[in-house]
Amino acid sequence: MATVLPPPSKRARRDAQQPKDANIIPEDLPLVQVQFRAADTGQVLAGGIHLIPGSSNVKQLELLLNGLLGSSDDPTPYTFSLVDGLNPIAITSDLYCDILRPQHRSTEDVLTLEYVPQAVFRVKSVSRCTATMSGHGGTILSMAFSPKNGAKLVTGSGDGTARLWDTDMGTPVAVMKGHEKWVLCVAWSPDATFLATGSMDCSVRLWDIKTGMQIGNAMKGHSKWITSLTFEPLHLLGGRKGMRLASTSKDGTVRIWDVATRASSQTLSGHTACVTCARWSGIGVIYSCSQDKTIKVWDATGTTITLIKTLHAHAHWVNFVALSTDFMLKTGGFDPFAKDKLATDDDESLRINSRARFLKASTQNGVVTERVVTASDDQTMYLWNPFPNGTVEESSMNAKPVARMVGHQKAINHVAFSPDGRILASCSFDNSIKLWDGKTGAFLTTLRGHVAAVYMCSWSADSRLLATGSKDCTVKVWDVRNGKLYMDLPGHKDEVYAVEWSSDGKVVASGGRDKTVKIWKH
Amino acid sequence: MPQNDYIEEHIKKHGRRLDHEERKRKREARESHRISKDAQRLTGFRAKMFAKKRHAEKIEMRKKIKQHEKSTVNTTTSTPDDPDGLPAYLLDRQNTNQAKALSTSIKQKRMEKAAKFAVPLPKVRGISEEEMFKVVKTGKSKRKSWKRMITKHTFVGEGFTRRPVKFERIIRPSALRQKKANITHPELGVTVHLPILSVKKNPQNPLYTQLGVLTKGTIIEVNVSELGLVTAGGKVVWGKYAQITNEPDRDGCVNAVLLV
Repeated sequence: MATVLPPPSKRARRDAQQPKDANIIPEDLPLVQVQFRAADTGQVLAGGIHLIPGSSNVKQLELLLNGLLGSSDDPTPYTFSLVDGLNPIAITSDLYCDILRPQHRSTEDVLTLEYVPQAVFRVKSVSRCTATMSGHGGTILSMAFSPKNGAKLVTGSGDGTARLWDTDMGTPVAVMKGHEKWVLCVAWSPDATFLATGSMDCSVRLWDIKTGMQIGNAMKGHSKWITSLTFEPLHLLGGRKGMRLASTSKDGTVRIWDVATRASSQTLSGHTACVTCARWSGIGVIYSCSQDKTIKVWDATGTTITLIKTLHAHAHWVNFVALSTDFMLKTGGFDPFAKDKLATDDDESLRINSRARFLKASTQNGVVTERVVTASDDQTMYLWNPFPNGTVEESSMNAKPVARMVGHQKAINHVAFSPDGRILASCSFDNSIKLWDGKTGAFLTTLRGHVAAVYMCSWSADSRLLATGSKDCTVKVWDVRNGKLYMDLPGHKDEVYAVEWSSDGKVVASGGRDKTVKIWKH
Repeated sequence: MPQNDYIEEHIKKHGRRLDHEERKRKREARESHRISKDAQRLTGFRAKMFAKKRHAEKIEMRKKIKQHEKSTVNTTTSTPDDPDGLPAYLLDRQNTNQAKALSTSIKQKRMEKAAKFAVPLPKVRGISEEEMFKVVKTGKSKRKSWKRMITKHTFVGEGFTRRPVKFERIIRPSALRQKKANITHPELGVTVHLPILSVKKNPQNPLYTQLGVLTKGTIIEVNVSELGLVTAGGKVVWGKYAQITNEPDRDGCVNAVLLV
């Protein structure tokens, strides 16, 4: 009786099929014809077709493109992909390995390469926990970094306090006591001088950063707990005094508060169920989404806020609304990567800087474009471009969604645009994160690795990395370009409810049910 | 003893007596009088049993009253009953908390190091070899008695094959083999039917552990991947220990309590 060897494992069979000479480029590779196309405008670069070696790698393509665009002395990094129907083929190493060898194209064809500029700076991925800050007596429910940089962090907790931390030292700065119940949401003012907290006890409170003391009395008015807070962007203030703050609540209303007087100037009612999230956009519009399945668009350009339109599309609760300009609105007048640091951060220069940064980030083809994405319990998301002309008018409003994004298998909890607005990341209770094209809503890839519901994600400032926090007690960092896990950061003893990447990219903070705040750095 | 449902059959066929409803109403109306009489007159064991029953009834009633009082309180400001807090996005969601409660309780238990080696059933009744094994007579004239058969339920594991007849000294009857157990989580009070992975320790005898005998107090490993627990490293917990709380050979099933 002869013994038969067991069949080789699936991995062994797959490996056997792979060519052995992975990176050897044949020497007799001819020149190939290449033309470049901008990804955002879709225009082919003047100069037509170029003949370049078939073995050119990304660095060489970058060099050539920077030369053609006349930016050789201040080169911009680019990523390239081959235009091939709907699915572009990313070029990760060189033309031969990515296009010619897999026979997507032959050397006879003209290769149309789409180029996407990348951030000039590069954020280093966080890799280790530098501090575990305990002090909170309850679950960490929300956190926010200062708009200025990653040095100051504020967290809201289930013990009814908000705490201000110094992330450089890993020490507490101030304990903000006042709320009677859980602090559900925290928000920094755009000028980074004070912050607002919303709580389960139905009140909103303002706190001074320098002293850690409460400013004035609690702002009461809501009849149920506060779900989110959003400040009016700095550049919208113009010459007007008095910043405004919008708070959403379980009671189905959005209240507008005058920060100076701490009085409710207006109540936006209309939603019939819990308002889950609101965003004050850079063109003076408030988007509020609710569990009554609608999204309401409010005109906030004047002193009184009026409803422009109600968007019906979702079939279940709308959980989250995000803007393509979120990162710019969050950082406001502070540019964490500016070469010349702002000499004075007085109100006027911050405002001017804020306006300039917002316009730079949102202008496309000469029009201020602000895209909106809404995530829902019906497992879909919608991408909207409500004001294609960049002006807030009901007549020019586009109430039709740009795209409907399907693919998740459970409710979507959180969605975020990358800081450059090109990619969308959505976190779902089905344990996965999905990436979508930020302009068209086309599906890009799925990031798998979490073994429980993913609660939240946060982008690095250069849009290359994504940090996610999950129910499975881990924070994970993903490389967006190839859709792979970049860094697994275990350490929390229980669910991670909040994760945040600082605007200067140096620090990631996470917190959750184990009552500690962890600081992660490179 | 009544055999079959002949009373119901009769009622179906002929109906009830005409004054049935009235008699019933009257009996119910006098019920409190009867109870009062019993409470005053009964003596001895019957009085004891009566008092016990009354006691249980009263506790039940008080609980119910308390519940009703709670439900009449204005519930508009009621918050989710989580002591430590939940983020805003989880507030209106139901039944997401099972695995959370599990993992939290496990962590707390771990912190209390004293509880590390405690099991729910610390002592078990000893089982003699005579009770455990039945002698099987073999040989042409049934003179040899070296073979034994286990009289208790066993777990044999995946892909088990019996040894040849000549070499199999201890038989584990296939009718008494168990693959799954009803696992109760002590804190949550939920019971799930989970597959057994292995027998870790039978307190009676190390030999029984080896043979996979399931008796009261035995520690088994069960597959808890269905419960969705996660470790601190972010991996799904697969196997967990549980202790058997019943006598499987009396009930025909394995009931166990999870060790957390």
